[in-house]
Amino acid sequence: MRIPCPYCGARSSHEFAYLGDAAPTRPDPSAPDAAEAFHSYVYERDNPAGPMDELWYHSAGCRRWLKLTRDTRTHAITAVVFAGTGEGAR
Amino acid sequence: MTRLAKGGLIDRSRTLSFAFDGKTFTGHPGDTLASALLACGVRLVARSFKYHRPRGVVTAGSEEPNALVELRTGARREPNTRATTVELYDGLEAASQNRWPSLDFDALSVNRLVSPFLGAGFYYKTFMWPAAFWEKVYEPVIRRAAGLGRAADAPDPDHYEKATAFCDVLVIGSGAAGLAAALAAGRSGARVILADEDFRLGGRLLSERAGIDGGSALDFVARVEAELSSLPNVRLMPRTTVFGAYDGSEYGAVERVSDHLPAPLPFQPRQRLWRIVAKRCVLAAGAFDRPIVFPGNDRPGVMSALALATYATRYGAGAGANAAVFSTNDHAVAAALDAAEAGLKLDAVIDVRPALPEALAARAKALGVRVITEGEVVATSGKCLKSITVSTPRGSETLAVEALGVSGGATPNLNLTCHLGGKPVWREDIAAFVPGAVPPGMAVAGAAAGTFALADILADGTRLGASAASDSGFDASPVPAPQAEGAPTGFKAFFHVAGKGSKGGPAFVDQQNDVTAKDVALAHREGFRAVELLKRYTTLGMATDQGKTSNMVGLALMAELTGKGIPSTGTTVFRPPYTPVALGVLAGHHRGVDFKPARPTPTHEWAQAQGAVFVETGLWMRAAYFPKPGETDWLESVNREVKATREAVGVIDVSTFGKIDLQGPDVGVLLDRVYINMFSTLAVGKARYGVMLREDGLVMDDGTTARLADDHYVMTTTTANAAKVYQHLEFCLQVLWPDLDVCLASVSEQWAQIAVSGPRSREVLAKIVDGIDVTNAGMPFMGVAQGSVMGGVQARIFRLSFSGELGYEIAVPARHGAALMQALMEAGAPFGITPYGVEALGVLRIEKGHVSGSELTGQTCARDLGLGKMASTKKDYIGRVMAGRPALTDPERPTLVGFKPVDRTARLRAGAHFLKPGAAATTDNDEGYMTSTAFSPTLGHFIGLGLLKRGAERMGEKVRAYDPVRGGDMEVEVCSPAFIDPQGEKQRV
Amino acid sequence: MSRYSVFSLIANALNGQTGWKPAWRDAAPKPAYDVIVVGGGGHGLATAYYLAKEHGIRNVAVLEKAHVGSGNAGRNTTIIRSNYLLPGNEPFYEWSMKLWEGLEQDLNYNAMVSQRGIINLFHSDGQRDAYARRGNAMRLAGADAELLDRAQVRALCPFLDFDNSRFPIKGGLMQARAGTARHDAVVWGYARAADRLGVDIVQNCEVTGFIREGDAVVGVETTRGAIRAAKVGLAVAGSTSRLTRLLDLRLPIESHALQAFVSEGLKPLVPGVITFGMGHFYVSQSDKGGLVFGGDIDGYNSYAQRGNLPVVEDVAEGGMAVMPLIGRLRMLRAWGGLVDMSMDGSPIIDVGPLPGLYLNTGWNYGGFKATPASGWCFAHTIARDQAHAFNAAFRLDRFRSGHIIDEKGVGAQPNLH
Repeated sequence: MRIPCPYCGARSSHEFAYLGDAAPTRPDPSAPDAAEAFHSYVYERDNPAGPMDELWYHSAGCRRWLKLTRDTRTHAITAVVFAGTGEGAR
Repeated sequence: MTRLAKGGLIDRSRTLSFAFDGKTFTGHPGDTLASALLACGVRLVARSFKYHRPRGVVTAGSEEPNALVELRTGARREPNTRATTVELYDGLEAASQNRWPSLDFDALSVNRLVSPFLGAGFYYKTFMWPAAFWEKVYEPVIRRAAGLGRAADAPDPDHYEKATAFCDVLVIGSGAAGLAAALAAGRSGARVILADEDFRLGGRLLSERAGIDGGSALDFVARVEAELSSLPNVRLMPRTTVFGAYDGSEYGAVERVSDHLPAPLPFQPRQRLWRIVAKRCVLAAGAFDRPIVFPGNDRPGVMSALALATYATRYGAGAGANAAVFSTNDHAVAAALDAAEAGLKLDAVIDVRPALPEALAARAKALGVRVITEGEVVATSGKCLKSITVSTPRGSETLAVEALGVSGGATPNLNLTCHLGGKPVWREDIAAFVPGAVPPGMAVAGAAAGTFALADILADGTRLGASAASDSGFDASPVPAPQAEGAPTGFKAFFHVAGKGSKGGPAFVDQQNDVTAKDVALAHREGFRAVELLKRYTTLGMATDQGKTSNMVGLALMAELTGKGIPSTGTTVFRPPYTPVALGVLAGHHRGVDFKPARPTPTHEWAQAQGAVFVETGLWMRAAYFPKPGETDWLESVNREVKATREAVGVIDVSTFGKIDLQGPDVGVLLDRVYINMFSTLAVGKARYGVMLREDGLVMDDGTTARLADDHYVMTTTTANAAKVYQHLEFCLQVLWPDLDVCLASVSEQWAQIAVSGPRSREVLAKIVDGIDVTNAGMPFMGVAQGSVMGGVQARIFRLSFSGELGYEIAVPARHGAALMQALMEAGAPFGITPYGVEALGVLRIEKGHVSGSELTGQTCARDLGLGKMASTKKDYIGRVMAGRPALTDPERPTLVGFKPVDRTARLRAGAHFLKPGAAATTDNDEGYMTSTAFSPTLGHFIGLGLLKRGAERMGEKVRAYDPVRGGDMEVEVCSPAFIDPQGEKQRV
Repeated sequence: MSRYSVFSLIANALNGQTGWKPAWRDAAPKPAYDVIVVGGGGHGLATAYYLAKEHGIRNVAVLEKAHVGSGNAGRNTTIIRSNYLLPGNEPFYEWSMKLWEGLEQDLNYNAMVSQRGIINLFHSDGQRDAYARRGNAMRLAGADAELLDRAQVRALCPFLDFDNSRFPIKGGLMQARAGTARHDAVVWGYARAADRLGVDIVQNCEVTGFIREGDAVVGVETTRGAIRAAKVGLAVAGSTSRLTRLLDLRLPIESHALQAFVSEGLKPLVPGVITFGMGHFYVSQSDKGGLVFGGDIDGYNSYAQRGNLPVVEDVAEGGMAVMPLIGRLRMLRAWGGLVDMSMDGSPIIDVGPLPGLYLNTGWNYGGFKATPASGWCFAHTIARDQAHAFNAAFRLDRFRSGHIIDEKGVGAQPNLH
């Protein structure tokens, strides 16, 4: 699998570390339902069979966290941006 | 001898000598081991897997199921090597396998006699009585009888390389379609790689007599090869098998650099693994000659008709003194006639059809070859083939022949099209599976796509080569395809000779695994009808050829039994690798001491010079201890190092700790969010110990972080977690809180760091600093100073203590690390400075009750480790919410305490579990375990740290340390984990 | 249907093997059952078998979207062992081992359960102590475990690299009762035995939805029509989320690709199972002679049932590092399973989370060895509406309460387990 890093160009997936689903966002820790919200954030996953936004870290490259859109059935990558800012290529 | 009088692409002017089963033979350059053996009249080359039946060469390619040999000897012995793919070299040694005592007389061929018992699935129904006999009696016998060749008995002496290539168009296969595709793409300027598993380009063209562009096929091959070689954008890779298609248009390939030589040349690898990243791929892998199932179809001498022809035309070798061909199709008949023209004595063509096309019939007549139409071979005889029985509606007769070429038509070689999940589709018009969905960027040309007429193949290749180049952005204006003479391509779908009982002997579907037509019928009878179940129940298609020759026919037989037709019975799907790949080449240089990189510390060479014994800690090599002359035991050295540090001064390289430089206005905010304790309030010039959690509330790592300036901190992590913590911090900054203004850099390798510990450490330090105030007032405990040492070397000095003694860590740019160590040793000499290793480091920290990797298991929370009180209640931090879950705050949880053996002479061992005295040794009674132990020279006995249920409440209690795997079982006493200086006074002096 | 016995074998040898009948009926679905088990792999079939045998619940259907054993049951490396560390796991796996030990007589099917042992190599004092902790935990649970030193390992496996390795072998943790079983035969044995007890094995029957009454699950919609049942158990490994999505449930599960490999057949070389902890490599040798080996998961969510080249190389590197004589042996076949990685690396066998629904998932890369106990415990859980002591820790709500069972200590990161 080759990952089109917006900073480095297409690189072999073995240069990257995988975190997983990009959909869960860190809940407000001061909210009254924080315990339940964190349980969902940390543990519960949609685990879709199909396109999925997911977080990859270019550990052996530019050290940027990327958000890929990748189909889990075919491994086809259709979009990639920097994770935090949503920016694309330089 | 059955070497034909002339012809073939062999160099008859040179003779190569080789040995098979200890007997010497000769062949010529251009031969394969198989062609040379056939040319020398050797027809029996192997025994089958289950019944140990005599077997011969059946193909002329990598799909060979039978002619497997052990090639080479000793450490280079390669079992299961297909003789059909081995290039002959002088001095080659090969041996038959899976036979005893000899190939000619194999004792286990008695299995044939009990074959009525040994049908498919036989194992599953028996060997159950009595129960205990499986491992002791049945299985060892089965295991010894099973298997094929023997592995080498010593490490592989050869080297392997890995490389990556990028191209616009990868063409796989160099037959007519592949050459045409490569030419069309290459002429456009696209970067083309043309790979072929054969040692010579040309594919089937090397064996055929067809004319192209007015010349011979061989002329065409030579001309195209010359043009491709002249193009700088084209790379020709013969001896290269593309074995797998992977995601991202990446292809795995193996280049056999040296396999055609007795041994690799100096500094050359045996093989090279290529990862080829191709924008487009043209698969031109040709087709396999499909066998026909009939009684006695496995005798040596029975082979593929196209192989029979190839041996005659390409190699000038006759597969027997005389031959016949049993065919269903024009292509095979034409090839057989080519062989006859090349000098093979072809007695008869037996074809299942009522008539041959006129052109072929006339050619046969001219060559004096008898044509038997509507014929079927129904039996064979001889250990090696002596005769065949042919049945026609007109009667039956026996022909005495030594070789029989069989062709049931063409099976497109679409293996690689399946690797990303594509399923082949059935084409009734050609009675064959053709590629269905193919990997992105791949196009399939020629016979692999079910196109069988040479003229069409050349046109197909040209068109797809040009479009692959166009798709990669090159101008591949239409070029005229090479023109070939027309040839008939008629065929009849015919898979097996039916209804003749077992008179002629078993009819084999999978020759290597000895799966017969009867086995397929049994699988059907017992309900194993899905193709996957048929395969798994009978082992059909699971041999080293992975069903290349057998799957199609097996499927056809099952379809006939179910009456559902081939497409609804199933399909044959292939997985990587296309042909078996040596494990050595997949590993490349990553073996032996080069398996993983070794990371030396900045003082590694100095430590070596001191005679240090090293230990692997992750990828790092660290000094474990520094034995002195006369010391006979590692513990003696470690005790000395510990005592010297406690009583005077010791020194250790701690550069392996992760070091992360953090700068920016928001560093304090970030650190407050990742550590359980506060860092934004840390004064400039001070360091603080911190604990960080994962979001699930368990401890991730610990370490000290120092504030060098308002907006500048430097963090240390444990050696093991350096990369993990860095990645975590980047995650926090880039994903969780991109609004924070912080920059990170890993500086683990930029700074050497050396710890000086012990009551005399200040005096030592004072001698090397350039005017830095190291007094207790000038640099109190946890103080940090920046300046220089050794007359101008930039340095950071941290007053920290892992040992519990007065101590400092001095960081200098890594290139000065060794000099710093030298300087400290010289400065410390008057005080008896002693280098110590990680063993003593462990003793010192256990004596102090500091946690380390053995306690930071990822299964412990801060409270378990006695660090719960550090957690700030004034802020949120990662892991805070989840750390509040009931199980993590349960008072029953094991917590960190110290242990002493009740018998003070006893040795404690980490990994022992704790039980209440008198409690039965069961999982339910398990109360925790010993995490770390050491002999404390300070106290004169072993001490330990461990996690014990409600540990903190059980001081003074005696528990049982249960260690049956090391024969240990003793009473230990629970105590404080701080064995020495519990108030921490020594480090503050 | 005949029992397999010496007599039936002889009779069929004499009649040309024509007396055998289908090993199990190819059942058509009935409109309703007491229990539906979704998934015709080893776990699902074992569940049905034990429901019938242990609990007398015989009106059971196993629904399989393709044919039996077409998922991970046929795509694993056939290892059986009970060398787990944590108290939530070890008694369960040891119970599984005990069931393996009596399986063939119980099923009247030779699944080639072969207790040739497993050795986990260690390379440092710290690893030795960690394995001692594990071995002691195994002994506490009644399993067997021995700590071998370097010489003992060398005596058993002289072909390992003791002299030139980056991470010298210092010893190993051995479980002699561990070994391998013929994976397909396990599936077929359970299918045949369940069928004999009246269970309907319905193949080519894909579940496409659930029938609900209020919150409760009271049946399934399938490609072969609606089928009702008071209890519906899911045993579909990596496809679990595909089904629970239809119920709007989010689980602590990710589906990942795990590759495995087999070499060409060889004369006996590797006696039992060997795992090399400093690389990602483990190996055994099948009765047919192939080296069966594997390593780490590919590491990203996948439903593709295949993997990529970096992991192939990584596994080969580990193999060459520990067994350098395999350099000239060839990898014959690679395959990929769709594994249900859980957030703590341990399984879930539980009642709920909806009325009428029962979950069996989260087997990570270790489901095969669990097959008998998973079926046994799931059957108990379904029949009694509560967990047995052996699977009491495998609750779904452990993630909420914090009673996680994290053998590797890597946290909520499925691709690291």
